[in-house]
Amino acid sequence: MSTDSIIIKAEDLTKRFGKFTAVDSISFEVKKGEIFGFLGANGAGKTTAIKMLCGLWKPTTGKANVAGFDVYKQTEQIKKTVGYMSQKFSLYDDLTVKENVSFYGGVYGLSNNSIKEKSEYLIKKLEIEKEKDELIKSLPLGWKQKLAFSVAVLHDPLLVFLDEPTGGVDPITRRQFWNMIYESASNGVTIFVTTHYMDEAEYCDRVSMMVDGKIAALDTPRNLKNRFNVKSMHDVFVKLARPDYVPNPIPSNQITTL
Amino acid sequence: MRTIRFILRKEFLQIFRNKAMLPIIFIIPLIQLIILANAVTFEIKNITFNVIDFDQSSYSRELISKFTASNYFTFNRSSFSVENSQEDFRTNDSKLIIVIPKNFEKDFIKTGNSKVQLLIRAEDGNAAVIIQNYSTNIIRQFNIGIIPEWQGANTWKTPPMIDITYSNWFNPQLNYKTYMVPGILVLLVTTVGMFLTGMNITREKEMGTIEQINVTPIKKYQFIIGKLIPFWIISLFELAFGLLVAKIIFDIPILGSIFLIFFVASIYLFVVLGIGLFISTITETQQQSMFIAWFCMIVFLLMGGIFTPIESMPSWAQTIAFFNPVAHFNKAMRMIMLKGSDLSDIHQTIYFLLIYATVILSLSVWRYRKVS
Repeated sequence: MSTDSIIIKAEDLTKRFGKFTAVDSISFEVKKGEIFGFLGANGAGKTTAIKMLCGLWKPTTGKANVAGFDVYKQTEQIKKTVGYMSQKFSLYDDLTVKENVSFYGGVYGLSNNSIKEKSEYLIKKLEIEKEKDELIKSLPLGWKQKLAFSVAVLHDPLLVFLDEPTGGVDPITRRQFWNMIYESASNGVTIFVTTHYMDEAEYCDRVSMMVDGKIAALDTPRNLKNRFNVKSMHDVFVKLARPDYVPNPIPSNQITTL
Repeated sequence: MRTIRFILRKEFLQIFRNKAMLPIIFIIPLIQLIILANAVTFEIKNITFNVIDFDQSSYSRELISKFTASNYFTFNRSSFSVENSQEDFRTNDSKLIIVIPKNFEKDFIKTGNSKVQLLIRAEDGNAAVIIQNYSTNIIRQFNIGIIPEWQGANTWKTPPMIDITYSNWFNPQLNYKTYMVPGILVLLVTTVGMFLTGMNITREKEMGTIEQINVTPIKKYQFIIGKLIPFWIISLFELAFGLLVAKIIFDIPILGSIFLIFFVASIYLFVVLGIGLFISTITETQQQSMFIAWFCMIVFLLMGGIFTPIESMPSWAQTIAFFNPVAHFNKAMRMIMLKGSDLSDIHQTIYFLLIYATVILSLSVWRYRKVS
């Protein structure tokens, strides 16, 4: 694997808050163009890791390089190159679809023509022609999330971080959302996604499993399932995160079907 | 520059989409000016008084009728016992008891010397002093009135007297509104500027949108300029609207230059908005930011010389008041509006406000970190 095909390289990345270690010396690499699933239970340290990689928080120790930029010194360059969709919905509720697109396009330095083109394309693709002048707060959650994703990739970033993008969204919309992710990935955008829906983990090229601030496993979904000799990512997760968990008598394929 | 334009457009869209905004801009100044300017006054009228007249002479009746005839006093009741009369102090029915002793008239004519006792309810020391002044004035008038009458009968000598004439500068009618309205305008722009700025940024923190802003390449200074300019413009507009209302409704004199008022106000607003911004960097929710802004406002306003003169504060409090931007702006506003002071008269205030604005803005830019 040549180094220029690697877009994220983290080495012993650590973040402590006082005595609590949220991210404990994690090391991994993400390849250009792949869909990288960043899995873990609530509180495992996923969001903290993402915030360090986006340049929002400085790591306590360790090294990390995102798109060729250092997470300590070159946070502004990182911010221009990556897209980010946070766990909390973060478009402006009191602005319309078009106003949000134009604002974010503007602050990423897109030209007026390009903003216009992109918002027209986006409105057509999301089929929200009728709602384009409505305030965001009047839209259903699923639409908002799809819109937030579109805005996160508006400036054609090399890499986009998605922090639990499908939380609280219905299965059909989740399916559509993942189609959008695939489409972006096929255009060469690297996707770094956290989720705790294990069926979504199956869609990723490679997944890492975080347990208590550490990466407990990192491989393709198929290899992980083979290694633990189970049928689904759900079981992999349970084996890793809860080693003492007594298997559920209900067949696991019924649990994961949503 | 282009980034700032995008931020400004977004801010203005949000501000004017907020339904509370138009009332804040137009109704608040109207209510503050109309109600406060009329309500906040140190003038005391309708001072209720009791009379204990042990003399029952023509002089004593004349003195009482002077009080009754005055615009400031209202007769409550008459009695012959101090204890009985003091009951009205307890029930708030009377503020003043005039006790005229026996032989008031006789002593006056015989010795030229007579005594009257004034019992004043003095929970509010300020009001008591004012009541005392009014009463002394009436008694003095009465005195001047009867001296010639009494002297004419007894002697041809006129006692030497110094005649005092008054001329009240800058507010000849001693109209309290003239004095208060500039102060209320200060209160107005300070409230609007500080609260709106403080709450605006914490609102983005509450909604989570600040996190999204922080991952964009927006620079710190761009974000802060984008946040300050809208409220700076709104506050200046608010001042213009307030001045217009003051002129139309109260016919407040504006002797100095309007341009100078806005020049000082525009610097002052950077101080106020800077404080609002600083508050928003140390708080997480709109509630916290409101509370801290409210606390600052109370201290600033009560120690700002708007309601009570700074000169009458203890010297340590005057030192604190020196660091109060409201005090400086209030002083400048009254100087320009009521006395027509020009730039050279208030240049110290301007230097002070410039330094203050620089310090507080640097402090809040430094405190505001582009992290979530």
